[in-house]
Amino acid sequence: MTQPVSPPRDSSTDKVPAVQPPAWRGLMARADVRTLSLLGVLAALVLIGGITKPDEFLDTRNLQLVLTQASVIGVVTVGMTFVIVSGGIDLSVGAIVALASVWATTVATQEYGFAGILFTAVVVGVGCGLVNGVLIAYGAMVPFIATLAMLASARGLALQITDGKTQIVTVPSVLDLGERDAYVLGIPPLVLVFAVVTVIGWLVLNRTTFGRRTVAVGGNPEAARLAGIDVRRQRLYLYLLSGLCCGIAAFLLIVLSGSGQNTNGNLYELDAIAAAIIGGTLLTGGRGTITGSVLGVLIFTTITNIFALNNLQSDVQQIAKGAIIVAAVLVQRRTASTT
Amino acid sequence: MASEPPLLSMSGITKSFPGVRALDGVDLDVLAGEVHCLLGQNGAGKSTLIKVLAGAHQPDTGTIRWRGEGVTLRSPIAAMRLGIATIYQELDLVEHLSVAENVHLGHEPTAAGFVVRGKAAKESTAVLLKRLGHAEIDPARLVGELSAAQQQIVSMARALSHDVRLIVMDEPSAALDPDEVDNLFRIVGDLTAAGVAVVYISHRLEEIRRIGDRVTVLKDGRAVANGLPAKSTPTREVVALMTGRNVEYVFPDRPVSPPPGEPVLKVQGLSRQGEFETLDLEVRPGEIVGLAGLVGSGRSEILETVYGARKPTAGQVLVDGRALKPGSVRAAVRAGLGLAPEERKAQALLMLESVTRNVSVSSMSRFSRGGWIDRGAELGAARAATRELSLRPDNPSVPVRTLSGGNQQKAVLARWLLRGCKVLLLDEPTRGVDVGARAELYAVIRRLADEGLAVLLVSSEVPEVLGLADRVLVLREGRVVHTAPARQLDEHRVLDLVMEGSPAS
Repeated sequence: MTQPVSPPRDSSTDKVPAVQPPAWRGLMARADVRTLSLLGVLAALVLIGGITKPDEFLDTRNLQLVLTQASVIGVVTVGMTFVIVSGGIDLSVGAIVALASVWATTVATQEYGFAGILFTAVVVGVGCGLVNGVLIAYGAMVPFIATLAMLASARGLALQITDGKTQIVTVPSVLDLGERDAYVLGIPPLVLVFAVVTVIGWLVLNRTTFGRRTVAVGGNPEAARLAGIDVRRQRLYLYLLSGLCCGIAAFLLIVLSGSGQNTNGNLYELDAIAAAIIGGTLLTGGRGTITGSVLGVLIFTTITNIFALNNLQSDVQQIAKGAIIVAAVLVQRRTASTT
Repeated sequence: MASEPPLLSMSGITKSFPGVRALDGVDLDVLAGEVHCLLGQNGAGKSTLIKVLAGAHQPDTGTIRWRGEGVTLRSPIAAMRLGIATIYQELDLVEHLSVAENVHLGHEPTAAGFVVRGKAAKESTAVLLKRLGHAEIDPARLVGELSAAQQQIVSMARALSHDVRLIVMDEPSAALDPDEVDNLFRIVGDLTAAGVAVVYISHRLEEIRRIGDRVTVLKDGRAVANGLPAKSTPTREVVALMTGRNVEYVFPDRPVSPPPGEPVLKVQGLSRQGEFETLDLEVRPGEIVGLAGLVGSGRSEILETVYGARKPTAGQVLVDGRALKPGSVRAAVRAGLGLAPEERKAQALLMLESVTRNVSVSSMSRFSRGGWIDRGAELGAARAATRELSLRPDNPSVPVRTLSGGNQQKAVLARWLLRGCKVLLLDEPTRGVDVGARAELYAVIRRLADEGLAVLLVSSEVPEVLGLADRVLVLREGRVVHTAPARQLDEHRVLDLVMEGSPAS
């Protein structure tokens, strides 16, 4: 059990300042086994894609598409990672994305143009997060149940708003964001948003008191409370954060699809949870990394893409995803028990 | 009887947990039809021993013979199959199932693989309950609706529903009223008359005198006396065996005169229904006040209520003359209180995190600006605080779970040292700490007091309270029964005060 090796730690491991190794070795030491293995899986997938469909998979447009698709679920996953690290769960993310996307694309909202759509999506997301957070933190409801209720009602409300119809976006400035002309150095703006959210999420989790409190609340809520942390307020903030991420994701989805639909974000909650889990976030809370979650999202999106290019049906995709989740958890358990 | 082998014979049992040797070569012989009492202070190894007997822990070394044959108790089910049943102090019943379902849990009457609901189970349960003198408990009721005493009866009925030859009872009288205790003793008498052996654990000497046949005394993981006659061994001898030190603890010197100054912590009339009543106490800067009492005397509850982790039903806590908001840990921490709780791993430490993060968690605002943590400053401060307490290893970046018990406790103390707290509440500060590391921890606590901290200490180990505290409050069943300077008390006197009689007498 006890070996004189340092256990895998997340990338925020404190350095011992007495020794200053070269920067690249510090990076290698800090990138833990899990991150490296996830990168390995991703590289293998790219290789498989490149071999099976060399022309199509490695095409710039295809890679841009993969990243764009990863962006929407990726932003949701960043919020989800925070919630899971705190020992909670948010089953309502997909429904919140749907509600935010349809509320932000009603005819009335579209009159306010770009700002109106963005503002509405974010406010609806945060509002749903507020309800979740208040129920869980101050109403002492189990996160699973509170967010399950939100899942049902938000989807219902989304259906009521749209009456099942697709709401086409007619605001040119929003639609332009999805066009090739808006790409920055070949990178779609949606991917840039995803990148920014990832970096901010990483910094908040690893470098701020908010992140520390999140980890403490998830790792040992009783110890956090007795250490003087306001556990309930922290929980509230976390569901607000998840709601905010859903709002942003809803806006990205509006840009991507040029519309708002009540079926948007279907099963996002499962994809986001799965990505966080294979990224090494403990479902019991207390440990998790943004890097791992984002790699998890990229792995899933890449698989979907490769399967689609090879004309494999979505049922095969689902089976493969399930197998990957099981494999990832088994591998993690092995690496955890050998340290 | 000499020709017949003992029903149970354990010899040379050892069991170690990380940092602690819980059992260090224990022998125990139990004869059929006897009440064999296990005595020992908290941490002496009683719980570990009965868990080994119940198959819940595997011993590191040692042999267990059952009716003369060597056996391995691989699991609780294996022990149960032999006829060993254990009634734990914390009852292991399923609250949302009925009495009958609990009694038959794991060996439900079945027909063609389906659990038979209805009569058979209820009837056999009713018979068992009647035998236990509690025919009034309805087998169909949910266990969660029953009183603690009734739940214990259900637990006992479950034990008896097996073909049981040995029952282990872990402090069965702790939650009972005097007349319920009488019923318990009647049951024990019936069992032994039928040839069943009972291993009985209790802190109450008078109970052991009433129903015990033989006594085994455990101390620091060893059996210091085997099979003493329960009725005739003098109390003084039993107490001496329980307390006699193999290792002399070294306690730091006390200041010659009591520290001057106004009390920093004042507790006035603090009560919590069913736990403790109208508690008054004061602690001055530089003073260590100790609360001595057994499990169930309300010690931990008092500390947690002072700290705001539990809400009092009456009374108040004042720090520097200002009343704290009741039931608010944050108010207590802000006012300068710090708690080192009893269950270090469950209540204080973030086991997945480094020492640094465990130490800094209550003082994060000191190393952060706008929520942004200056990790250099944090590491420096954590290092200074842990060095101050000579925490080993001298590297606050290691995960806290790799530390020994004593050093984990130092990490908790360092947390409050860094926060700059004025009053330190210590709940069983040396629980799970190696004997050798205790002296160092005692010295650290005294030094913190000498530097002006007020310390309120709770311990079930009487010598620890007497050796470390300046003033001692003796607790029994949630009330202070005696207050005196520590140097005017000795261990026998305190044990007499906390153990004498049953709650009614």
